[in-house]
Order: sequence, then C-alpha cells, then structure tokens
Amino acid sequence: MARKNEHYEESLLGRLDRWTQSGESGLDQRMMDDLASPPPPAASLPQKELERRMDRDDRMKHHMLLQEQATYDRIRTWGSVRGSRFFRRAYIVLAVLFCLALIAVLLRATATLPPFGNPDNPMHNDVARRYIEDGMEETGAVNLVAGMILDYRAFDTLGESNVLFTAVCAVLILLRISKEHSDATAMLELEADDRMYEPQDDLILQTMVRLLVPLILLFGIYVILNGHISPGGGFSGGAVMGAGLILYLNAFGFEKAERFFTFRTFQTVSVISLSFYALSKSYSFFTGANHLPSIIQTGIPGKIFSAGLIPYLNIAVGLVVCCTMYALYTLFRKGDL
Amino acid sequence: MTDASSLALWQSLPLVCILLPLGSAAVTSVLPKRTARCWTAIVLSLQFLASILLTLFLRDPSRSYTFPMGHFPAPWGNELRIGMVECLICLFFSLVMLLSFLGGMRRLDQDIVEDKQSLYCVMILLMSAALSAQVFTNDLFTSYVFVEIMTLSSSALIASRARGRTVLASARYMIMNMLGSSLFLLGLVFLYDLTGHLLMGHIREAVDVLVSSGENHLALIVTVALMTVGLSIKSALFPFHTWVPDAYGSSTPASSAILSSLVSKGYIFVLLKIICRCMGPSLFRLSGMDDILFVFALLGMILGSVSAVRQRDVRRMIAYSSVAQIGYVYLGIGLGSEYGLMAALFHIICHAACKSMLFLSASGLIEASGGKTSLHALRGSGHRAPLTGIAFVVGALSMIGFPFLGGFVSKVNFALAAMDFHRFHRYLVLLGLVISTWLNTWYFLRVVILIYTKPEEEVQEKSIHRGVLYTFALVALIALNFYLGIGAQRLITAFFDALPAFSAAFPG
Repeated sequence: MARKNEHYEESLLGRLDRWTQSGESGLDQRMMDDLASPPPPAASLPQKELERRMDRDDRMKHHMLLQEQATYDRIRTWGSVRGSRFFRRAYIVLAVLFCLALIAVLLRATATLPPFGNPDNPMHNDVARRYIEDGMEETGAVNLVAGMILDYRAFDTLGESNVLFTAVCAVLILLRISKEHSDATAMLELEADDRMYEPQDDLILQTMVRLLVPLILLFGIYVILNGHISPGGGFSGGAVMGAGLILYLNAFGFEKAERFFTFRTFQTVSVISLSFYALSKSYSFFTGANHLPSIIQTGIPGKIFSAGLIPYLNIAVGLVVCCTMYALYTLFRKGDL
Repeated sequence: MTDASSLALWQSLPLVCILLPLGSAAVTSVLPKRTARCWTAIVLSLQFLASILLTLFLRDPSRSYTFPMGHFPAPWGNELRIGMVECLICLFFSLVMLLSFLGGMRRLDQDIVEDKQSLYCVMILLMSAALSAQVFTNDLFTSYVFVEIMTLSSSALIASRARGRTVLASARYMIMNMLGSSLFLLGLVFLYDLTGHLLMGHIREAVDVLVSSGENHLALIVTVALMTVGLSIKSALFPFHTWVPDAYGSSTPASSAILSSLVSKGYIFVLLKIICRCMGPSLFRLSGMDDILFVFALLGMILGSVSAVRQRDVRRMIAYSSVAQIGYVYLGIGLGSEYGLMAALFHIICHAACKSMLFLSASGLIEASGGKTSLHALRGSGHRAPLTGIAFVVGALSMIGFPFLGGFVSKVNFALAAMDFHRFHRYLVLLGLVISTWLNTWYFLRVVILIYTKPEEEVQEKSIHRGVLYTFALVALIALNFYLGIGAQRLITAFFDALPAFSAAFPG
C-alpha cells in the first residue's frame, strides 16, 4: 500500500493533484502570511537619558509606537523585499517601456487630431451653432452653459448630481462611525485625536473668519442664484458655500458648527434637493418627449425669475454640492457629521 | 432624422425603469433599515414590471424607437433608444437584480452594520438605475456619467462589509476601475474631437465618412483601442482580472451576485453598443481589436478555469469561473459575426442567471457548514441544506453545459457561431470550448460530489433560518435557468431579428 502510494505521488497524475491541492493564494494572502510571522525586534530605543526621564506609562506608549512603526515599515517595504530581484527589475523596466510606448502612441494620435481652435473642426457643427444662436431664446438662460447643462442636456446633469450623492454615500458607508459599535470613551478619544494638531480658539483666525464667512456664503448664494444670468451656477456656487462652511468649522470647532449643521440637516437638505431635481425633471422629460404643453415658461432672459426650471435646479444642485463638500470634509476628519 | 410623431403612453416606460430607482435612492437614505429594504424591493419589482410591460408592448423585434429626454430633439438634447435587445437585457437585468437582492437580504444583518443598511439599499437602487440607463441611452456621454455611478456604487457594495479584506479588495477594484473609466473617457474625448457628436447614430455617420476618406486613420484606431481596453478592464477580461477573486469572493453574497452577474455585463453591453452602433463592425475589424479580443477571450476561458481549479475557497473558485465566462462573452464579440454577437448576448443573460444563483447558494452552503469557506468544510452540506444544494447543482451543471440548462444552449451557440468561419478560427474556438468545458467539469463536479459526501465527523449545523425570501429567490433562479435551457429558441430568434435594428445608426 505504501509503495503504491509512493508510486502515485511520483506519477504525473499525483503531481497534478498536488499542484491543484496547493491552492493559489492571492497577492494579499501571501502578504498576510508573510506579515503574520513575528516581527523583527523593534529598533533600539533612543538614548538612555531620555528613557530615564520618562515615567513607565510614557515608556510603554513609546514602545508601542515603535512597534507600530515597525509593522508599518514592514508593510510598506513588503513589495520590494519579496520575490526574485531579477523579476522585480524586469517588471520595472517593462512597465516603464510600456508606459513610454503608450505615451508615444497617444501623442502621435493626438497630433493627427484637428488643430485646436480651427473654425472648420467637426465639433463646430450645427449642434454647437444652435446652442449659441438659439440657446438664449429656447432656454431663457443668458448663461449658455447653464442652459446647456440644465436644459438641453439635463439628463446628464441629473446623473452627475447623483454621482456626487453616490460618492458621499460610499464615504458614509466606509468612514461613518456607527453608534452601536462605539462607546462614549471611543468617541471622546476620536474627538481628542481630531483636535490634536489644531489651534483651539485662535483669536486671529476667529476674527478673520467672522469677517470672511458671511461674505463667502453671500458670494456663493449670489453665484447660485445668478447661475442662469452670469457665469456660475450650482456646482461652482455650491463649492464656494461648502468652502465657507469648512472654514467656519475650522475656526470655531464642531460644537458651534453643529448648532446649525448636523447629520440630520445634511440628510434633509440633500434628500429634498435631489428629490426635487428628479421629480421636476421627470415631469419635463415626460412632457418634452410626448410634446405635451408644459407649465414651465422660459420668461424674459436676464430677469432673475426666468429660464424656466434652471434657477431652481441650480439651487438644488448648489445645496447638494455644498452639503457634499462639507460632509466629505467632516467624515474624513472625524468620521461623523 | 428622428421622427417627431407623438409617442404612445407605453413608450414612456423606459423613463420609469431609470428615474424610479434614481429618484427613490435619495429618499431611501433617510428611511430606517427595515422600511428601506421593503421599499428597495418594491422599487426593484416595479422596475421589473415596467420592463416586462415595455417588452410586451414593443412586441415586434425588428422595431426600435427613440425617446427624447426633454423638449429638444436628438443631437441637441439627450436621447434614449429602445429596441428589443435593450428591452430583453433590461428585463433580465432587473429580474436578476431583484432576485439577488431578495436572496442576499437576510445575510445583510450579519455582514453590514445596522445603521448602514439603508445606505446599502441606496447603492443597490443607484446601481439598478445606472444599469438601466446604461442599457437604454443612445448618448456616449450619458453612458460615461452612469459608468461613474456604477463604479462608485459597486466599490461601496464591496466595501460595505467592513472587514479588512473587503476594504482592500474594494480599494483595488476602485483603482483598476478608475483606470478603465479614464481610458474610456479618453477615447470619448478623441471621438468627440473627430466627429463633433456624442450621439451614437451621428457618430456613426461621421465615422463612416472618415473611414471611407481615410482621414485620421490612426486617431480612429487609437480611439477604438482605448474604449475597448477601458471597458474590458472594467468587465474583467482575462489579463485584467486580478481584482476579481477578492472583490467577488469576500463581499456580502448579494454584492457578489450583483457584481459578477450584472455590473460587468453592463460594461460589456456598452461596448457592444459602441462596436455595433457607434463605430460600425467594419471599423472594429479594421482596427484589429476583434482579433485581440478573440485571443484574450480564449486565454481567459482556459486560464480563468485553471485558476479556479486551484482554489481552496469556494467563493473564490466561483469568482475565477466568472473570469472564464466573461471570456466566452468576449469570444462572441471577437468573432464579430452576427451569430457571434447573438451568442454573446445570450450568454450575458445566461451567465447572469447562473452566476447569481451560484453565489447565493454557495453562501447558503457555507452558512450550513458553520461559516467556513474552504472546500473541505463544505463536505455534506448538500444534505444539511437540501434546496441550497439543489440550486448549487443546477448552477454547476448549467456552467458545465448540461442539456436542458442555459449553459448548454450557450455553448452550442458559440460552437455554431464558429462554424461560419474558416479553419483557423473554427478549430481554435472548438478546442477552447472543449478544454474549458473539461476544466469546468473538473472543478464544479468536484464541489458537487463533495457537498453530497458524508462528512468524516458530524458537523454541528448552526440553526440559521434562511428565510422565505432566500428560498423564493433560489427557486425562481432555478426556474429561470431551466427556462433559458428549454425555452431558449424564442429568445434566440428575438435576438436575431432585433440585431439589425440594434446596430442600425438610426431607427426605422
């Protein structure tokens, strides 16, 4: 029996069997396995002088820090120490060569494209001509860009504002600290971590912010509300407002910012604006496609209440962008709004 | 160009398929967990219902129409284009989406933190809206916008099970997919610069002129290459498949089912539209991309299966099998003939129905074995969870290509498609099919035998109530697989009749 077994193990079939049994571990599995082995002893501690002065707790902390550092170093350098040196070199050389070849091909292809700014270019066709010549009359917006993105091609922009919403939801899933899994001390620790490198109640900063933030917010609102008349619109105005809010947060801290902007505010504002956008545009897609009379009028171009839905859509987009910017900032900083 | 004649009421149904999930996504984010799940299930069912109605009303496969999104006609505004191919794909996508969500719903409690479950539902809704928009849109830029939504929401679907491994998998998925998106966008910019249009039909006109005059030849070929490579990275064609096993193998079952069976297919469908409607098959053949896809598809069919054979973890094995199956779809595209395209379309549906069932049933078998994912631990789990075992067997047999199941029809289709070709292509395809089927049999039957072997020691089954919805989803998916195997003829003829309308630059 034993001989038979040995015979099998040496045969082709046996080797094939062993090969399939060995399994294929992904790159990160190998990394985990390698890193699971005990780490080399941490780097030698600094001078004895310093060490004697530290009390026990500090020393413990210091030691843990060094160990953590060693682990990170191993993870960082893992890619460059494993595997044969020849393949590593060859990989780098081939990658560089491939990139150079790709760059050459793309540059060559770009050189054959129609020259920039030439009036005979294919993109200066009747599509662009109608946007420029009839855009103001058809959409009621003096700012042709606003007319283009919020009326002619509103479906794209609906998708685009949902891209922002998707992004913020993805960040919420990843970074938001869930209440049920964290106790009060953990929250306090996070709060402390957050304010570690930050000057608290900096007088110069606070005074300047008191002056600047109202102006920034006002300018943001102006850019949004005038989006259909002058350059600007929801995306740019919302970004300005979001930056203003972030500035305020940095100067006065979370406690004061939470008096007017909490998670609930964020949810309410983004749900209402996105729903308004989707509902109003559904109405206009439906009436447009079926050639039904629409209650939305273009009005007189240049007036603040004109251009049909565009100003309202600008407000909705602006609110979404503003909330998204602020939410992304606070989520990356503290893990909560 | 576009007919301005008034549309019937049913012709607005694609609007429901896209805007209903898109609009309800924002609302879902504020709902509590349980309500959010019910609401998502209802919205997905409504979407499915709308696509059934649309298919029934459209009836004639050779018919297609355009639907302007707004008051402005096609080249100025956005536009949808609806034909039988789009309807059928949307129908099956929404069905598989619904069933995967229902089947994986109970597992969400285990995998995802309580207060993030409604966000998970938001991601599901956004994904399903983006998929149907992707299927119906006739505008390349709209397509890119929804590609972005799909990329972001699928990374969130992977990362939502917050373990170290899923986060790593999601990061890798994100990086690879961003690379794919940017190549696609670069191609889009080239194409806009060359033609001045974003609408597929108008691009086709301009491209035909360019091809016949021989102008900008290099730029056109680079464009085709950029778009094809970008989308094949996103749909995990063979050399770009390294992110697959982690992404599909470690996320929650509903996510794995949706990602493997729908998301990658969504990108392939965009590519099909670009090839058939935007560039035209002649330019695609001229660029040589069809041969490249053909070679990598064959390699993927075989090497994906070889990797699957070597896996010790059942979900990673199924993930690698997806790589092989994506190879089949690209084989059809690479052949480039009408029969090849039809086979690819049919395989998109067939693989969606089968792979989602395999992922769901594998997760059931794993649960019945105390949560261990290695093949060895699954021993005897078919006895412990009978229905789940049956579903896995049906899925495995369909993948292998057993008669009466979808996979068989699919493999026959590919073989028949190869018969239209000369010696070289024909024998390569047949050889690839034989080797791939043999490897499929090897690794799938191994698991099937294993789950019905008596375990060496008695495994304590954790008493997990798998739920009515899970059972319902599995039964429905089994039925769907049998339908695809037995009633496939109607589907195949419908695809055949609809393909000319699908690839025409303008309807009518």
